[in-house]
Amino acid sequence: MESQPSQFFLHPAVVGRRTLALIGEFGAFACFLGFGIRSIFTLPFQFSKIIQQMYFIGVKSIFVIALIGLFTGMVLGLQGYYTLVKFGSEGLLGAAVALSIIRELGPVLTAIMVTGRAGSAMAAEIGIMRISEQIDALDTMDIDPIRFLIGPRIVAALICFPLLTAIFDVIGILGGYVSGVALLGINKGIYFYRINSSVELTDIMGGFTKAIVFGLLVVTICCFEGYFTHTRAGGFGAKGVSLATTSAVVLSCIFILVSDYVLTSFLL
Amino acid sequence: MTKYRIETAVGIFVLAGLACVAYLTIHLGKVELFGGNTYTINARFNDVTGLVAGAEVQMAGVTIGHVDSIHLRPEDKTALVSMQIQKDVPLDEDAIASIKTSGLIGDKYIKISPGGSDVPLAPGALLTDTESSVDLTDLIGKYIFGGVK
Repeated sequence: MESQPSQFFLHPAVVGRRTLALIGEFGAFACFLGFGIRSIFTLPFQFSKIIQQMYFIGVKSIFVIALIGLFTGMVLGLQGYYTLVKFGSEGLLGAAVALSIIRELGPVLTAIMVTGRAGSAMAAEIGIMRISEQIDALDTMDIDPIRFLIGPRIVAALICFPLLTAIFDVIGILGGYVSGVALLGINKGIYFYRINSSVELTDIMGGFTKAIVFGLLVVTICCFEGYFTHTRAGGFGAKGVSLATTSAVVLSCIFILVSDYVLTSFLL
Repeated sequence: MTKYRIETAVGIFVLAGLACVAYLTIHLGKVELFGGNTYTINARFNDVTGLVAGAEVQMAGVTIGHVDSIHLRPEDKTALVSMQIQKDVPLDEDAIASIKTSGLIGDKYIKISPGGSDVPLAPGALLTDTESSVDLTDLIGKYIFGGVK
């Protein structure tokens, strides 16, 4: 019998095996996403489950989003002021704060915060349902688990992410106002005039496009990791759920930042 | 009862989110909800270096519109600038459009000097009395290489 090459040796067979495993994982992910999206459009719509998920993803995240937005805006105002004042153009602070929040920080930080707060909980909840065989029970009762568990979460994320991003943007701009105008004494009229004259509709639409893509990515990755907890190597039961939660958060954050780069290069 | 509370909370969240979306798109994004608040005026310039779509159009320092698009006119190789002017600001036939810079390193904008004739410009008309932007590097080059008499 042919001996298996060592895992740590860069043997072509090892590279091939890992590549195939990676492609298989991507394929499973794409199928999961496809089934999830298809389940959104199957009747009857699950309004009450969507409302529950929106409460969990959206309403319960508002406080943390508002706090992060306020302080992000404030620190941008502070840093921007001390950079711009060297060139005597501190009047541009409004534009600097608003554009960096609307284009980049708003969607990205919102997605990362929601991943940490709601995505991890989603992965753990679905993972526990999997290891306590509740998902198999759903299957036995002829209820489609993807439609029952994943569909409402995808819809809720698609609605909540842009709304949370909008809230983050507005509070972030107010944060910049607090540090720039109220604390450092820039003219209030100039601050808002610069924001008005520099922000274009394409910037805002770009931000919302990012928020929608991040929402879809985060919710699918987190549900995927939870849903396939039982097939994960390296741990079963409680350990499997903890590993699934960790990798859901880490993968979501990586995919948010990578897709942010790709989207920005398309949108600019 | 709990269900009613959750629904109320979600409702408030959606309304707050939509208010923020509306502020961002309508106020900052300058979406014209009811359209038709502006009319188009075109102007022909020899040189529009530094002017971009979205730049302001001012008269006496007051913003009266913005630049819609900039194209090259193939027939005479000049730049055709299309501007959206507010409806309540009529322009005369002999108005002059000049490209100015706000401050030394500021953005380019179009300044319209009102004309003297009482014949108003029709929407879509072409302004031919224009002053192109001053190219600073060109100007400095003339001093250095002795182009100035």
